[in-house]
Amino acid sequence: MRVGVVTFPGSLDDRDAQRAIRLAGAEPVALWHGEHDLHGVDALVLPGGFSYGDYLRCGAIASLSPIMAEVIDAANKGMPVLGICNGFQMLAEAHLLEGGLIRNDHGLFICRDQKLRVENNSTDWTGDFEAGQEITIPLKNGEGGFIASAETLERLEGEGRVVVRYLDVNPNGSLNDIAGVTNARGNVVGLMPHPEHAVEPGFGPDTSDAMRSGVDGLSFFTSAITRMLTPA
Amino acid sequence: MPTIVVEVMPKAELLDPQGKAVAGALGRLGKSRYTSVRLGKRFEITVDGHVDDAVLAEVTELADTVLSNSVIEDVVGIHVLEAPAGETH
Repeated sequence: MRVGVVTFPGSLDDRDAQRAIRLAGAEPVALWHGEHDLHGVDALVLPGGFSYGDYLRCGAIASLSPIMAEVIDAANKGMPVLGICNGFQMLAEAHLLEGGLIRNDHGLFICRDQKLRVENNSTDWTGDFEAGQEITIPLKNGEGGFIASAETLERLEGEGRVVVRYLDVNPNGSLNDIAGVTNARGNVVGLMPHPEHAVEPGFGPDTSDAMRSGVDGLSFFTSAITRMLTPA
Repeated sequence: MPTIVVEVMPKAELLDPQGKAVAGALGRLGKSRYTSVRLGKRFEITVDGHVDDAVLAEVTELADTVLSNSVIEDVVGIHVLEAPAGETH
């Protein structure tokens, strides 16, 4: 099982994503934005960071990268694709996911361990969660406010395409507390919080059991592996 | 060389946190007559050659697909500057 992680100019969390994939039991494959080659991977992660310095709009310039032609094609053919933070912004800019991300309503960069509820556990990236499971993973961004037109929002909610929702506090003004969404097929998922930073004891969010012992993010990556090993 | 100006604004109905932050600063300076600020983008695109309908059509297309994101922004103006500031003929 090989999962590609695309590095763009300004990606920060590509190595963390590769590590999470390895810990989940798959082989991470480093991919480069300037190539037209997915190296035969079975799934893709677009990692977090500040590609192109967030110039123009977050993720906008990266979404026009050479490799995005292959990413979009693979996503439309059903390959599991996960966009984390800046990767989510790229998927929105590439129109693989609906809605958009704007500057946090309070105008500040935010970095916190964020409680979420898994609203849809039937996507390729959330199948290993229980429906309604509450998890905590880090959130760190300046432009994470999810917005969409009223009609789009109603459709996303009606079709169960909200994947994760912020719990306790809405950290950035996202409409309907939306932290992540999926496409209609359920193979493309984007979320602002960072599952790859909560995959290994000693380095995750605090839990009631022990400091930094939270590994709730790992299930995103094992979910994709489970899905790929399950005959369609 | 002619320059095409493209202006993009956040959608009117959507929150504009940058504009709000600027409006807040004006308020703190005591400029209470200015009740709101909205903040957008202006692109100046220099063209090699003259601007004809085909070039304008292409820039209009690029304005809608690259320079702006229609989910969150509107293109509010596209016009041609024949003599941009700082350039002498």
